Amino acid sequence: MSREQMTAVTQKQGQSATLASRRYKKKSGFVESWNRLKTNPGAMFGLIVLIIMVLLMIYSFLFITKDDVMAINSGNRFKPPSAQHPFGTDSMGRDLFKRTIYGTRYSLTVGFFSVAFGFIVGVFFGTIAGYFGGWVEEIIMRVSDVMASIPGMLLGMVIVAVMGPSFLNLLLAIGISNISGFVRMARASVLSVKGSEFVEAARAIGMSEMRIAFSQVLPNSLSPLIVTATARIATSVLAAAGLSFIGFGVPVPLPEWGALISDGRSYLSLAPHLTLFPGIFIMLVTFACSLLGDGLRDALDPKLKQ
Amino acid sequence: MIDESTTNSEVVLEVEDLVVHYELKNETVKAVNGVSFSLTKGRSIGLVGETGAGKTTTALAIMNLVPKPPGVIKSGTIDVCGYKMLELKPKQLEKIRGKEISMIFQDPMTSLNPVIPVGDQIAESVRLHENVSASQAYDRAVEMLELVGIPGERAGEYPHQFSGGMRQRVLIAIALACNPRILIADEPTTALDVTIQAQVLNMINDLKKKFGTALIMITHDLGVVAKMCDDVAVMYAGRIVEKGTLEDVFNDTKHPYTEGLFNSLPDISKKGTDLKPIPGQIADPTRLPEGCAFAPRCRYATDACREKPPTIHQISPTHFVECTAYDDPGFHIEGWQNHG
Amino acid sequence: MGDTILEVRNLKKYFKSPRGMVHAVDGVQFSIERGQTLGVVGESGCGKSTLGRCILRLIEPTEGEVIFEGRDICKLNKRELKELRKDMQIIFQDPFSSLNPRKTVLEIISEPIIFNKLMKGASKAEIENRVLELMDTVGIAERLINSYPHELDGGRRQRIGIARALAMNPKFIVCDEPVSALDVSIQAQILNLLKKLQKEMGLTYMFITHDLAVVHYFSNDIIVMYLGQIVEKAPSEILFNNPLHPYTKALLSAILVPKVGGNKDSIQLRGEVTSPIDPPDECRFAKRCDYRCEACEAGNPPLLEVEPNHFVACHCIKPGENLLKEREGYVSAG
Repeated sequence: MSREQMTAVTQKQGQSATLASRRYKKKSGFVESWNRLKTNPGAMFGLIVLIIMVLLMIYSFLFITKDDVMAINSGNRFKPPSAQHPFGTDSMGRDLFKRTIYGTRYSLTVGFFSVAFGFIVGVFFGTIAGYFGGWVEEIIMRVSDVMASIPGMLLGMVIVAVMGPSFLNLLLAIGISNISGFVRMARASVLSVKGSEFVEAARAIGMSEMRIAFSQVLPNSLSPLIVTATARIATSVLAAAGLSFIGFGVPVPLPEWGALISDGRSYLSLAPHLTLFPGIFIMLVTFACSLLGDGLRDALDPKLKQ
Repeated sequence: MIDESTTNSEVVLEVEDLVVHYELKNETVKAVNGVSFSLTKGRSIGLVGETGAGKTTTALAIMNLVPKPPGVIKSGTIDVCGYKMLELKPKQLEKIRGKEISMIFQDPMTSLNPVIPVGDQIAESVRLHENVSASQAYDRAVEMLELVGIPGERAGEYPHQFSGGMRQRVLIAIALACNPRILIADEPTTALDVTIQAQVLNMINDLKKKFGTALIMITHDLGVVAKMCDDVAVMYAGRIVEKGTLEDVFNDTKHPYTEGLFNSLPDISKKGTDLKPIPGQIADPTRLPEGCAFAPRCRYATDACREKPPTIHQISPTHFVECTAYDDPGFHIEGWQNHG
Repeated sequence: MGDTILEVRNLKKYFKSPRGMVHAVDGVQFSIERGQTLGVVGESGCGKSTLGRCILRLIEPTEGEVIFEGRDICKLNKRELKELRKDMQIIFQDPFSSLNPRKTVLEIISEPIIFNKLMKGASKAEIENRVLELMDTVGIAERLINSYPHELDGGRRQRIGIARALAMNPKFIVCDEPVSALDVSIQAQILNLLKKLQKEMGLTYMFITHDLAVVHYFSNDIIVMYLGQIVEKAPSEILFNNPLHPYTKALLSAILVPKVGGNKDSIQLRGEVTSPIDPPDECRFAKRCDYRCEACEAGNPPLLEVEPNHFVACHCIKPGENLLKEREGYVSAG
């Protein structure tokens, strides 16, 4: 049957009958993964904690103003936790509860966006390096190695020192320090998939190398990258807190959790609640991300199970 | 079932009603569902079947090496030279494995430890089971290498320095180092080239004659069976569907599955005749039917076949077949299309 | 009869390795008629898989010509090559790794059609119907259209691979060990399917395998490869009834026949396959050959037609003269 005949015949058939693909539903990989994730208690705990954090952040946008958080009230200093001030007050009389909840904005956005930045840039270059090899790979990997050899904190300090302390600079600094990890992982992931026969099959139907790299190989290498990304959110949050703690993060009066701990440092014996509550929040987010990451690893690659 | 071929000589292996399941989270794989056979000294039996037949699981069960979760031995007894393999404790089993009964696996690439020289790996097996000094064990290792056709000087080399065929020979040397009464070979030549396969099989045959070792040859290749085995057990979905001597099963084939296997093979002496494959898919061990597991693919199947487990018929003192169709005394299969 | 669809001339593929130049395919020459099957046999390392991929230019040949329907595909540019891909396809050995695990049956089979715009302007339903048609041709049930490869068994996966190869309506298919990874009963189903498709669609196959019984069943002509070169080429009946090259003889004697008492002792080849790296200029099989003589070290033997349609590459076998026959008595006595 020639190609023209083939098209004519199927054009006729196509008009009748519902699509077979509608009759036999696709078992979505996403739904299956979700079902598997549901059975993992640690991952669900992590997910719930993160959802709560996001809800708190939304709450802070709706109900907490900057004034609430910044207004100094010298009469109210160092009050311990009470009904009126669930987390107590700090050295300037400000309500720690409101400050901490307000702080979710910084931590969560830094965590998410710095990882997203590192992920997009890192995976792009890592895929190219892994798939094409040769001098392209050499250049990308050496640049990535140089970036990896600079400690994240140090890089953050340098960027902030040069460009001034601001939230955006903090995000940029941590984002850049996330790149090299993703480059390396993406390259390794791609290397393990690119020799597969389905890649050869794609070549045999005439696909270009670039297209094969991103439409065939990359989707198959995504699982370990997603797991890493989730875990990275934890380290990014910690990094942001660390930088703020030493004063190189968010500009001083803003209630980022690391900054809050730094404030409370001098008053540990007098008012331990000042370091305790922000510390607990940092710990919760970090822990939740780790658990979720572990759970995702198991849920996303079912073929490994049996 | 009394197997006449065994009454006059020493029986080294007796498997009775073995049932092994793998219990997974969502389903149970019924790997072996009632297997019985025996083996006499110096004879070889072929366990033939395709994927999912249960051959490897049977072999592992004989050595009591089935991974315990998720594997469960639901019932059965295994007697190796008088030892009740399923009842012994791990320490006792360790003494028997390698000494009375040995096994070689399919992939020679991964079965050897890459960081230990081959001579030492053979000697290790000797030292585990015999009361000899280190140098005596090493001497024996060199002897075994020579026996399998590898120059003794190469005892100090590492596995990656040998080709696939030679690595398989090293594995055979390890397996036979302590002169076991039974050798289980699980698809030993499937990963090897045809000419190397011929060499390795010839060597196994020579050693078998020399040491009087009984052999269980697990394979899907009927040609290998024809060359190596005295007796044959054809397995499907965890059961033995036909059992007998080589002549019984090859020249007087009774079971429709066995017939189908022969019909699936291209015959070199007759070109052009179309193959008559067995239709359908191989039985799913997680979803076995009530009646005969082969019935969905069998062209002789009757309602009786589908409703109850198949009846066992004895064709001759040595030949057994599990097939309800033979309840009808006039029934017979059409025979091979390609039999020449 | 001559409608030659493919002609390969002096095809070579060399790979650089740390230890030297690997001669994977070293000067291969043959032609295939339309509608016929050429069987390619050899053991590991003989270069048959590399040869198959070179013919499709999935691997770039180092030297030589691959002339498909009169055009040398080694000289085509990217765009012309992409056009040609529709006519020449490949079926792979491993049904597990030759399908993208993240795509459904529908996506895998429709990909070549959509990517190459073979059904321009067709609606989703029309494309789907074409896929259903292909699935029916190869024997996959309709209800599996949205399944993923890991949900199906080897036999079905291989059928998907075949359907994908057929999607572009090719004229020539390289079958690289298409049944080696399948169970015996499924092998026979797939072989029958391939034969049926060849009859119905007038396909030409190059069938690569290490299984001699299968190649005998399936091929019109057979080439036997050793270390990147053809050592013997003949129609399959002639090759099996009258093998001339010592390697072919050893190979055929190693076949295990499923018959009681059907397996006489095979010819034992000496030693192991020599290295394909920088091979010396002599007959590559000489070191393992029972019939060797001094003449065998005088360069690579050319592939000569010693009988009508029967080609052998051996210094000691020439048209009208077979020195090996005299040495046969000498060898079996020794």
